[in-house]
Amino acid sequence: MKIKEIRELLGAELLCGEEYLDNDVFSACCSDMMSDVLAYVKDQGVLLTGLVNPQVIRTAGMMDMVCIVFVRGKEPTEEMIELASDCGIVVMKSRYRAYEACGHLYTAGLVPAPEDK
Amino acid sequence: MPENVTFHFDVDGENFTSAGEASVMVKKKLRQLGLPPEVIRRVSIAMYEGEINMVIHADGGDADVTVTDDEVIIVLSDRGPGIPDVGLAMQEGYSTARDNIRSLGFGAGMGLPNMKKYTDSMEIETEIGVGTKITMTVKL
Repeated sequence: MKIKEIRELLGAELLCGEEYLDNDVFSACCSDMMSDVLAYVKDQGVLLTGLVNPQVIRTAGMMDMVCIVFVRGKEPTEEMIELASDCGIVVMKSRYRAYEACGHLYTAGLVPAPEDK
Repeated sequence: MPENVTFHFDVDGENFTSAGEASVMVKKKLRQLGLPPEVIRRVSIAMYEGEINMVIHADGGDADVTVTDDEVIIVLSDRGPGIPDVGLAMQEGYSTARDNIRSLGFGAGMGLPNMKKYTDSMEIETEIGVGTKITMTVKL
Protein backbone atom coordinates (compact mmCIF):
# COMPACT_ATOMS: atom_id res chain seq x y z
CA MET A 1 0.00 0.00 0.00
CA LYS A 2 1.29 3.45 -0.81
CA ILE A 3 1.51 5.99 1.99
CA LYS A 4 -0.81 8.32 0.08
CA GLU A 5 -3.50 5.61 0.21
CA ILE A 6 -3.22 5.61 4.01
CA ARG A 7 -3.84 9.33 3.98
CA GLU A 8 -6.92 8.84 1.76
CA LEU A 9 -8.32 5.90 3.75
CA LEU A 10 -8.00 7.79 7.03
CA GLY A 11 -8.98 11.20 5.67
CA ALA A 12 -5.77 12.32 7.29
CA GLU A 13 -4.07 15.68 7.21
CA LEU A 14 -0.45 15.48 6.08
CA LEU A 15 1.94 17.30 8.42
CA CYS A 16 5.29 16.44 6.80
CA GLY A 17 6.95 14.08 4.33
CA GLU A 18 5.00 14.85 1.14
CA GLU A 19 7.97 13.64 -0.93
CA TYR A 20 7.54 10.10 0.43
CA LEU A 21 3.81 9.67 -0.27
CA ASP A 22 4.42 7.34 -3.23
CA ASN A 23 6.57 4.99 -1.13
CA ASP A 24 5.16 1.54 -0.36
CA VAL A 25 4.49 0.14 3.11
CA PHE A 26 3.63 -3.48 3.84
CA SER A 27 2.51 -3.58 7.45
CA ALA A 28 1.48 -1.45 10.41
CA CYS A 29 1.14 -1.50 14.18
CA CYS A 30 -0.82 0.53 16.69
CA SER A 31 0.31 1.33 20.23
CA ASP A 32 0.57 4.06 22.82
CA MET A 33 3.34 2.13 24.57
CA MET A 34 6.66 2.87 22.93
CA SER A 35 8.18 0.10 25.08
CA ASP A 36 6.01 -2.41 23.25
CA VAL A 37 6.84 -0.93 19.86
CA LEU A 38 10.53 -1.37 20.67
CA ALA A 39 10.04 -4.90 21.96
CA TYR A 40 7.62 -6.43 19.51
CA VAL A 41 7.74 -4.56 16.22
CA LYS A 42 9.74 -5.72 13.25
CA ASP A 43 9.53 -4.45 9.69
CA GLN A 44 6.36 -2.52 10.32
CA GLY A 45 6.40 0.62 8.23
CA VAL A 46 3.53 2.47 9.86
CA LEU A 47 2.87 3.41 13.49
CA LEU A 48 -0.59 4.52 14.59
CA THR A 49 -0.65 6.12 18.02
CA GLY A 50 -2.53 8.46 20.30
CA LEU A 51 0.60 9.30 22.29
CA VAL A 52 2.09 12.72 21.61
CA ASN A 53 5.70 13.30 22.60
CA PRO A 54 9.09 13.44 20.83
CA GLN A 55 9.85 9.84 21.82
CA VAL A 56 7.12 8.68 19.41
CA ILE A 57 9.19 10.11 16.55
CA ARG A 58 12.49 8.83 17.93
CA THR A 59 11.06 5.36 18.59
CA ALA A 60 9.71 5.15 15.04
CA GLY A 61 13.10 6.32 13.76
CA MET A 62 14.95 3.66 15.74
CA MET A 63 12.62 0.99 14.32
CA ASP A 64 13.10 2.23 10.72
CA MET A 65 9.41 3.07 10.46
CA VAL A 66 8.49 5.44 7.65
CA CYS A 67 5.06 6.80 8.57
CA ILE A 68 3.34 7.89 11.80
CA VAL A 69 -0.40 8.48 12.05
CA PHE A 70 -1.66 10.36 15.10
CA VAL A 71 -5.22 9.23 15.77
CA ARG A 72 -8.16 10.95 17.51
CA GLY A 73 -7.05 14.25 15.95
CA LYS A 74 -4.00 14.42 18.22
CA GLU A 75 -1.75 17.29 17.32
CA PRO A 76 2.03 16.79 17.33
CA THR A 77 4.18 19.80 18.21
CA GLU A 78 6.25 21.76 15.69
CA GLU A 79 9.36 20.31 17.30
CA MET A 80 8.09 16.77 16.68
CA ILE A 81 7.26 17.52 13.06
CA GLU A 82 10.75 18.99 12.53
CA LEU A 83 12.30 15.92 14.10
CA ALA A 84 10.26 13.65 11.83
CA SER A 85 11.23 15.68 8.76
CA ASP A 86 14.85 15.34 9.76
CA CYS A 87 14.43 11.55 10.09
CA GLY A 88 12.59 11.24 6.76
CA ILE A 89 9.34 10.11 8.38
CA VAL A 90 5.87 10.96 7.04
CA VAL A 91 3.58 12.38 9.74
CA MET A 92 -0.19 12.73 9.45
CA LYS A 93 -3.15 13.08 11.78
CA SER A 94 -6.58 11.51 11.46
CA ARG A 95 -9.83 12.19 13.26
CA TYR A 96 -10.50 8.44 13.49
CA ARG A 97 -9.99 6.70 16.81
CA ALA A 98 -7.26 4.07 16.92
CA TYR A 99 -9.59 1.08 16.55
CA GLU A 100 -11.41 2.57 13.58
CA ALA A 101 -8.22 3.71 11.90
CA CYS A 102 -6.69 0.24 12.24
CA GLY A 103 -9.89 -1.32 10.91
CA HIS A 104 -9.85 0.81 7.77
CA LEU A 105 -6.21 -0.01 7.03
CA TYR A 106 -6.57 -3.72 7.84
CA THR A 107 -9.66 -4.06 5.63
CA ALA A 108 -7.75 -2.41 2.81
CA GLY A 109 -5.00 -5.01 3.10
CA LEU A 110 -2.41 -3.46 5.42
CA VAL A 111 -1.73 -6.26 7.90
CA PRO A 112 0.58 -6.72 10.89
CA ALA A 113 4.02 -8.21 10.22
CA PRO A 114 4.90 -11.52 11.89
CA GLU A 115 6.09 -11.09 15.46
CA ASP A 116 9.84 -10.84 15.91
CA LYS A 117 11.07 -13.99 17.62
CA MET B 1 38.28 0.74 8.80
CA PRO B 2 41.80 1.90 9.67
CA GLU B 3 41.19 2.77 13.29
CA ASN B 4 38.42 2.78 15.86
CA VAL B 5 35.79 5.51 15.72
CA THR B 6 34.38 6.74 19.02
CA PHE B 7 31.44 8.94 19.95
CA HIS B 8 30.66 10.40 23.36
CA PHE B 9 27.37 11.87 24.55
CA ASP B 10 26.24 13.44 27.81
CA VAL B 11 22.72 12.15 28.38
CA ASP B 12 20.64 14.87 30.02
CA GLY B 13 18.49 13.47 32.79
CA GLU B 14 16.72 16.71 33.62
CA ASN B 15 14.36 16.81 30.70
CA PHE B 16 12.50 13.79 29.36
CA THR B 17 11.75 15.66 26.12
CA SER B 18 15.35 15.21 25.01
CA ALA B 19 15.55 11.50 25.94
CA GLY B 20 16.73 9.53 22.92
CA GLU B 21 18.65 12.36 21.24
CA ALA B 22 22.01 10.60 21.62
CA SER B 23 20.67 7.43 20.01
CA VAL B 24 19.29 9.40 17.06
CA MET B 25 22.74 10.96 16.60
CA VAL B 26 24.48 7.58 16.81
CA LYS B 27 22.14 6.12 14.22
CA LYS B 28 23.00 8.96 11.83
CA LYS B 29 26.72 8.55 12.41
CA LEU B 30 26.63 4.78 11.89
CA ARG B 31 24.79 5.35 8.62
CA GLN B 32 27.49 7.80 7.57
CA LEU B 33 30.07 5.12 8.34
CA GLY B 34 28.19 2.78 5.99
CA LEU B 35 27.57 -0.02 8.50
CA PRO B 36 25.04 -2.73 7.53
CA PRO B 37 21.39 -1.66 8.16
CA GLU B 38 20.68 -4.60 10.49
CA VAL B 39 23.71 -3.71 12.65
CA ILE B 40 22.60 -0.08 12.79
CA ARG B 41 19.09 -1.14 13.75
CA ARG B 42 20.28 -3.41 16.56
CA VAL B 43 22.71 -0.83 17.97
CA SER B 44 20.09 1.92 17.73
CA ILE B 45 17.36 0.01 19.55
CA ALA B 46 19.67 -1.28 22.31
CA MET B 47 21.20 2.13 22.90
CA TYR B 48 17.84 3.91 22.78
CA GLU B 49 16.39 1.57 25.42
CA GLY B 50 19.45 2.14 27.59
CA GLU B 51 19.36 5.88 27.11
CA ILE B 52 15.68 6.05 28.07
CA ASN B 53 16.47 3.95 31.15
CA MET B 54 19.25 6.35 32.18
CA VAL B 55 16.84 9.29 31.95
CA ILE B 56 14.00 7.50 33.77
CA HIS B 57 16.01 5.92 36.58
CA ALA B 58 19.34 7.69 36.94
CA ASP B 59 19.06 11.39 35.98
CA GLY B 60 21.13 10.80 32.87
CA GLY B 61 24.75 9.78 32.45
CA ASP B 62 27.39 9.14 29.80
CA ALA B 63 27.07 7.21 26.57
CA ASP B 64 30.13 6.05 24.66
CA VAL B 65 29.99 4.22 21.36
CA THR B 66 33.08 2.68 19.74
CA VAL B 67 33.12 1.21 16.25
CA THR B 68 35.97 -1.24 15.65
CA ASP B 69 36.80 -3.48 12.70
CA ASP B 70 34.49 -6.21 13.86
CA GLU B 71 32.01 -4.82 16.40
CA VAL B 72 30.18 -1.85 17.86
CA ILE B 73 30.65 -1.36 21.61
CA ILE B 74 28.10 0.69 23.55
CA VAL B 75 28.93 1.75 27.12
CA LEU B 76 26.25 3.49 29.20
CA SER B 77 27.37 4.78 32.62
CA ASP B 78 25.27 6.55 35.21
CA ARG B 79 25.54 7.70 38.79
CA GLY B 80 22.02 6.63 39.63
CA PRO B 81 20.66 4.46 42.45
CA GLY B 82 21.97 1.14 41.06
CA ILE B 83 19.91 -1.99 40.36
CA PRO B 84 19.16 -3.97 43.57
CA ASP B 85 18.31 -7.26 41.83
CA VAL B 86 19.65 -7.58 38.28
CA GLY B 87 17.98 -10.97 37.76
CA LEU B 88 14.60 -9.47 38.57
CA ALA B 89 15.26 -6.40 36.41
CA MET B 90 16.05 -8.70 33.47
CA GLN B 91 12.62 -10.34 33.67
CA GLU B 92 10.24 -9.23 30.94
CA GLY B 93 7.49 -7.08 32.40
CA TYR B 94 9.27 -6.18 35.64
CA SER B 95 9.50 -2.42 36.04
CA THR B 96 10.05 0.09 38.81
CA ALA B 97 9.10 3.03 36.59
CA ARG B 98 6.49 5.37 38.05
CA ASP B 99 3.06 5.91 36.52
CA ASN B 100 4.11 9.26 35.04
CA ILE B 101 6.72 7.40 32.97
CA ARG B 102 4.10 4.94 31.73
CA SER B 103 1.97 7.86 30.60
CA LEU B 104 4.92 8.86 28.41
CA GLY B 105 4.87 5.45 26.71
CA PHE B 106 7.66 3.71 28.61
CA GLY B 107 8.11 1.56 31.72
CA ALA B 108 6.69 -1.73 30.42
CA GLY B 109 9.62 -3.64 31.87
CA MET B 110 10.99 -4.55 28.46
CA GLY B 111 14.04 -2.28 28.31
CA LEU B 112 16.81 -4.51 29.69
CA PRO B 113 15.49 -7.76 28.09
CA ASN B 114 15.24 -5.92 24.79
CA MET B 115 18.81 -4.60 25.09
CA LYS B 116 20.00 -8.16 25.62
CA LYS B 117 17.91 -9.44 22.72
CA TYR B 118 19.33 -6.98 20.20
CA THR B 119 23.00 -7.30 21.19
CA ASP B 120 25.58 -10.10 21.03
CA SER B 121 26.74 -9.48 24.59
CA MET B 122 25.57 -7.38 27.51
CA GLU B 123 27.31 -6.91 30.85
CA ILE B 124 25.78 -5.04 33.79
CA GLU B 125 27.98 -3.66 36.57
CA THR B 126 25.92 -2.02 39.27
CA GLU B 127 26.40 -0.82 42.83
CA ILE B 128 23.65 0.50 45.08
CA GLY B 129 23.99 4.24 45.60
CA VAL B 130 26.93 4.49 43.20
CA GLY B 131 25.60 3.80 39.73
CA THR B 132 25.31 1.37 36.86
CA LYS B 133 27.51 0.66 33.86
CA ILE B 134 26.16 -1.38 30.97
CA THR B 135 28.46 -2.59 28.21
CA MET B 136 26.89 -4.01 25.06
CA THR B 137 28.44 -5.26 21.83
CA VAL B 138 27.00 -5.88 18.40
CA LYS B 139 29.17 -7.80 15.95
CA LEU B 140 29.55 -6.50 12.42
